[in-house]
Amino acid sequence: MKQHATSTMITNNLSVRYGNHLAVDNVSLTIKSGQVTAIIGPSGCGKSTFIRSLNRMHDFIDDVKVEGAILLDGVDIYAPGVDAVSIRRRVGMVFQKPNPFPHMSILQNVLSGFSFTRKKAIKRKEEIAEKALKSAALFDEVKDRLHAPSGALSGGQQQRLCIARALAMEPEVLLLDEPCSALDPISTARIEDLINVLRTNYAIVIVTHNMQQAARVSQVTAYFLSGKLIEIDETKKLFTNPSDQRTEDYITGKFG
Amino acid sequence: MKAITDQDYLSETKGKSERALLDSAFIARDERRAQLIERAFGFLCLIATFLPLCILAFLIGDTVISGLQRINLAFILGFPSRFAASAGIFPALVGTFYLMTLTMTIALPLGVASAIYLEEYAKDSWFKRLIELNVTNLAGVPSIIFGLLGLELFVRILGLGQSLMAGALTLSLLILPVVITATREALKSVPNNLREAGLALGGSKVSVILRVVLPLSMSQITTGAILAIARAIGESAPLIVIGAATYLAFIPTDLLSEFSALPLQIFQWVERPQADFVDNASGAIVVLLLVLAIFNATAAWLRHRQEKNRGSL
Repeated sequence: MKQHATSTMITNNLSVRYGNHLAVDNVSLTIKSGQVTAIIGPSGCGKSTFIRSLNRMHDFIDDVKVEGAILLDGVDIYAPGVDAVSIRRRVGMVFQKPNPFPHMSILQNVLSGFSFTRKKAIKRKEEIAEKALKSAALFDEVKDRLHAPSGALSGGQQQRLCIARALAMEPEVLLLDEPCSALDPISTARIEDLINVLRTNYAIVIVTHNMQQAARVSQVTAYFLSGKLIEIDETKKLFTNPSDQRTEDYITGKFG
Repeated sequence: MKAITDQDYLSETKGKSERALLDSAFIARDERRAQLIERAFGFLCLIATFLPLCILAFLIGDTVISGLQRINLAFILGFPSRFAASAGIFPALVGTFYLMTLTMTIALPLGVASAIYLEEYAKDSWFKRLIELNVTNLAGVPSIIFGLLGLELFVRILGLGQSLMAGALTLSLLILPVVITATREALKSVPNNLREAGLALGGSKVSVILRVVLPLSMSQITTGAILAIARAIGESAPLIVIGAATYLAFIPTDLLSEFSALPLQIFQWVERPQADFVDNASGAIVVLLLVLAIFNATAAWLRHRQEKNRGSL
């Protein structure tokens, strides 16, 4: 396993615009390795837009402008000359809806990241796949049917397959964009356990609608409102003793 | 006073109920009329459906009856002749197959590439809208116009002569809009979150298109392409305009050979005054219909398979 302990992401005055709409407004925060950073806030507060700017997923959408800097180990990922593809290899992402490739088997899905790159002739494919599936706590459930189509899995298993797929590429940062919102409570609990285990090796950012989830899985929580970062603090402190009135209103359920 | 009021009341209610009865009778009549119109309209639509079907069935039946008696190995493998009884369709049949293969080889890569450009790369601009407008309009251009274009561009300017290559290029132009449109629909049906998944894994745009988008849309693209080629098989007008042969005593040997095709052979035989040649034309039509049926069946089978495969999307 590579050493990730030093990987950090820092956003400096990050703003993201869709046309004239300012979706993320001047956000500066630090994402550290070895802990889970949760991003909470009401719908439309810019949390998804924020997390998608961390691995340059906006590149493919017309009319999106990113200002400010995002430093990955000190290097601005939006600086000219930086290859977005190599950034995405270092910053993995799991989406809201499980999206395994339907035309690939379970094994092919885990290794799909390699098929996109030129490193097709990697050695010990099975070993890599096994390690990734074990990290995603899925191996025991699928070890006898690695060649079955991915559609044969349940929603929760599909989401863990997507996590395994991201882990196989050995990223340094793992972005989770509401990874449990399409899942039942049992699958959600399994993924939360998984996040807890994974955090020792990765910098994890999770966007969630669910405040209890943020409280359960994260060590640091950031509260977003209307594109602005209102407060970022240790999760325990933010949920018990927030320093901003707006944060308190949100976590006590006064709105949102 | 009271009694009178009661009386009044009674007569009034009586009048009311009579009126209500009368009303309901009218309503019933209206309902019956509405039902009648309903049924008559349905019946008219049924006739409108069946009349053309009957005519079509009669035409096909008539053709098959007079054509089947001519179909035998000698007819399929024979060459044209001055004598109806010994004339065959072999050069035309082979020509049609060559023409289709060649047209597919040209139109499919071009059409798919154009569709990929429009769907996956082109940003919304006046340029993209101009191309889209042209593709849509080209699909509606009469095939004889494509023939004229082919005659000028391929036969004369490019100097290909009245060759297989010129014919295939002309038919490619004809079906290109259909292939492009079908491919765009196929690409659109691949959910965007699968593209994002590939990109987030560190795939380049090209590799995501090649490894995710195309594999998932391939059977739909193929279906569209087969239906497009089925249209091209039956075309005679553009081939006549570019001057393809209707009487060919040999099999085309290379891309610049002269060629014939089934619709041309049929056209030529129908023009003959002798009744026997009309039977020959019927025979050739039956063969052409069979080829078309095979194409359409393949397309239907592919579509069925694709629906099964993509159930999990």
